[in-house]
Formats: sequence, structure tokens, C-alpha cells
Amino acid sequence: MARVKFLCDADRCIECNACVTACKNEHDVPWGITRRRVVTINDGLPGERSVSMACMHCTDAPCAAVCPVNCFYTTVDAVVLHSKDLCIGCGYCFYACPFGAPQYPRVGNFGSRGKMDKCTYCAGGPEADLTQAEYVKYGANRLAEGKLPICAEMCSTKALLAGDGAIIAEIYKERVTRRGYGSGAWGWKTAYKDGVAL
Amino acid sequence: MNTAIQFVRAGAFALLLIFVAAAQPAAAQQAPNPTAQSVKEEQLLKALQPGASVSGRITIPDSHSATLIQPEGQDWRKFHQGVLPVIGGVAILGIIALLALFYATRGRIKVDAGLSGRTVTRFGGFDRFVHWVTASTFIVLAVSGLNLSFGKTVVLPLFGDAAFATLTGYGKLAHNYLSFPFMVGVALMFIIWAKDNIPNKLDLDWIKAGGGLFVKGAHPPAKRFNAGQKGIFWIVAFGGLIMSVSGWHLLFPFEGGSTVGDQQFWVNVHAVLAMIFIAVMLAHAYIGSVGMEGAFDAMGSGEVDENWAKEHHSLWLEERKKLAGNAPKGSVPAE
Repeated sequence: MARVKFLCDADRCIECNACVTACKNEHDVPWGITRRRVVTINDGLPGERSVSMACMHCTDAPCAAVCPVNCFYTTVDAVVLHSKDLCIGCGYCFYACPFGAPQYPRVGNFGSRGKMDKCTYCAGGPEADLTQAEYVKYGANRLAEGKLPICAEMCSTKALLAGDGAIIAEIYKERVTRRGYGSGAWGWKTAYKDGVAL
Repeated sequence: MNTAIQFVRAGAFALLLIFVAAAQPAAAQQAPNPTAQSVKEEQLLKALQPGASVSGRITIPDSHSATLIQPEGQDWRKFHQGVLPVIGGVAILGIIALLALFYATRGRIKVDAGLSGRTVTRFGGFDRFVHWVTASTFIVLAVSGLNLSFGKTVVLPLFGDAAFATLTGYGKLAHNYLSFPFMVGVALMFIIWAKDNIPNKLDLDWIKAGGGLFVKGAHPPAKRFNAGQKGIFWIVAFGGLIMSVSGWHLLFPFEGGSTVGDQQFWVNVHAVLAMIFIAVMLAHAYIGSVGMEGAFDAMGSGEVDENWAKEHHSLWLEERKKLAGNAPKGSVPAE
């Protein structure tokens, strides 16, 4: 099985936010929650770059390590998923996540959080594949349909790549060699302990 | 004529040379090289101050999303999974071991003169109410809190995923709601007992005598509260205050401009202090129940045996007797 990853080629991203919108639409993500976002670094300055970021599905994921109820699990494709049935909404995963991926609907008293929601790499959750129960909690399971995540599939500049980590790293390296520059595989060092050597 | 043409040619060639020379650097600048100026992740991460994060501008309303990468999340994970359990384990198991050792060597501290059968009011109804509101909520807070830190290694294997998650979910609710009576309890304790807990010279003598804890028959004089009790009082007052402030940040996450870094800081403060707090309270509960004959009555019925009071709070008993002597019996105001 492949070790799937995301890679955002910031030199191609045009900050159109279509990945954010497509994700929200594909999964019926609740109001106030964005599983993916586009952050612009050095906005308005020479050399600004935009990066589309969601859960990076880390190797040895910090969210899973700090979860007090062990609601996280990693699939054979190395996608980090979680069970909303087990999640108690304590917020620890948000503190540990280097990418700010976990999101919480605000429910109930004080600042109390509901069940955590995050990018599933379009791979659903622990429920049986492609069931209504799975869709309601986690959104579409495109991986089970043999498709890649919607955000990367519809990216107009093909800045956002999803798929086997080794292959997308190769594609990115080739681009960098051809055009002669690259701002790096954002988040890879932090998520997988190794970047893409350029 | 030829020379004239040659001259013009030479002049034109010279001009051309000048143009080419002038155009050379301009051409070099126009070559596409966005790398020269573009931000690179590696540079940003290298330049990052400890505790800082890579952030930018975001077009969605959630301002926390503007943080792209916060590497300190990994540090927090290391602390939370590595350091914190060690602190908690050493503090709590350590105090239990010490108490067991103390019980094995010293045994239950008896009232040396035996029980007199006469009692004196030590804590009135309100004092005991405040104590038990704080104590009972503390127990729930401590158990549900410890469950968050150690539950998945200790309790989860016993119950299984689903039952444990349900239990921990209720624990979180209890923790959130019962924090309020706890905070009120600590504040009230401070108001009603602070005046009797101001340290004085008598406390030094009490500490020098080891509180009479380690020698049979030794009873250093004490007023209403001895140095040990004063210590407990100030630990509860200040510990309770810091637990409340840090807990407030966790009850209302990200309120008032709090960042992820702030949240991580407050969780750490809350958790480390909680471990120490629980260890201290275990010792307090021990000496107030199993560890000493007659001690529980002070917070149980509120009426302590006179001989117990004579041995542990001699000066306080004298004061009480003086007061009682001046006023008709039965009209002694409750503490």
C-alpha cells in the first residue's frame, strides 16, 4: 500500500481558495469549520507565497499521541482518521497539531467543544465504507471509490498534489528542476521528519 | 572615402560594444528567478524563534487558521506524553509510598491522654460546609483530571474503547461544571480562615519540633492552626487560585486573544500543579482521617475531644475556654 501525502507547490498556488470551497461542498462540512485553508505568507511583499494546508496525516501523529481516549487510528494508506463516537472534544489534538488541522463545532456551555472535525483525506471514518452514517459524520469517502481527495483533484494550477508520497515528491522535484526554483514541500519536515531534497 | 567608411564602422562597432556592455546586467535581471525573493519554508523554519509559528494572512474569519505551521505542537506533545506523566507518577505514587512508610513506622497517632469524652466545637456548620464543598468537588476534579492523563493506559484496558470514551466524556462535563463550586469554595475558605493562618514565631517552634509527628508524646503548642495546617491552607489558597486562573483559560479557550501557545502554557500549568496538588491533598486527607485519632471529628461533627484539642491546639483551647468562661455555656459563637 502507498503512503499517501499532500504536497502544496506554493510557487503554483494562486490563492483561489477553490480547494477550501470544494472540500466544504464535497463533505457538507458544518458552518464555521474549514478542513482546508489557504494561508498567504508575506502577503503583499515581493516573493509572497500561498500555501493550501489541511491535516498532513503525519507519521507518528502528535494528535493521536495526546488524545486521552485514543480516538485516532492510521489506515493502511497512512491516513490519520478519528472516531467521532469516541472523541470527547477536549481540544488536546489542536494544541499538539503543528498544522492547526483539528476543528471543533461550538456547542453547549462555555467554550465547550463538540466532536472534533478534520480533513479525512476524503477517506471517511471508522464506519463501513460509503454508508450514510459515515457520510453524516465524516463526509464523502472518495478513497473507497478509487478517487483522490477532491481538493487536489480539482486544483486548477495543479499546485496541490495528493497521492503516493514518493510519486508526488518526484513530480515536485521534476518541476523544481525544470523551472529552477521551489519554495519547498511545506510542512513535510514537520509532518514526516523529512522534506523533499531540492 | 574608404577610411571615412572604416571610421564610421569602427565608431558603430564601438557604440555597439557600449550598448551590449550596458545591456548585459539588464538582461541578467530580467531572467526569471523568483527564488531570489520568494519565501522558502526552510528559511522560515530556521529563522523561527522558539515558541513562534509560521503564519500569514487568511481570508476566512477564523484568525487561528492564519497560523500555517506551529512546530511547538510537537514540543507540547513531548511534554504532555513524556514529562507530565513522570511528574504525576513520582508525586502521587511517591506520596502514597511515604504515607505508607509513615503509617508502618509511626502508626496511627493516638490521643496520648486518651479521649476525655468532653468535646469542644472546632468548626461550625458553615466552616464544614465550605470545606466539604471544596473537598468533594476537588475529588471529582482530581479523579476526572487524572483520568485524562493516565486513563488511557490504566482504565481503558479494563473497560474498552467505547465505555471508556463515554466515561471520560462525562468526566469532562463534571470537570467543567464542578470547577465553579470548587472556585467558590476556595475563595470562601480564604475569606473565613486567612486571618488564623498568618505565619508567626510559634510556627517556627512547631516546625523545629517536627510538629510532634515523629516523636510520641511531643505536642508543640499551637493556636487555631498549626504550621502544617497553615502550609496546607496557603497551598490550597495559592494552588487553588492558579488552578482557577489556568482552568478558566481552558474553560473558555482562545477567549481574549489567547493563542495556541498560551493554551499550551495554561494546560501545562494546570496539569503539573494538579499533580502536586493531588499529592499534597492525599497527605492532608491521610492525617485528617486514618493518620490521627480524633482528627476527623473536626470536619466531621465539628466537635473535637478536649484532650485532642489540648494536645494539638493547646493555645487555641485556652482561648476558647477563656471565651466560654466569660459567656454562659451554649452561647459560644460558632467559628
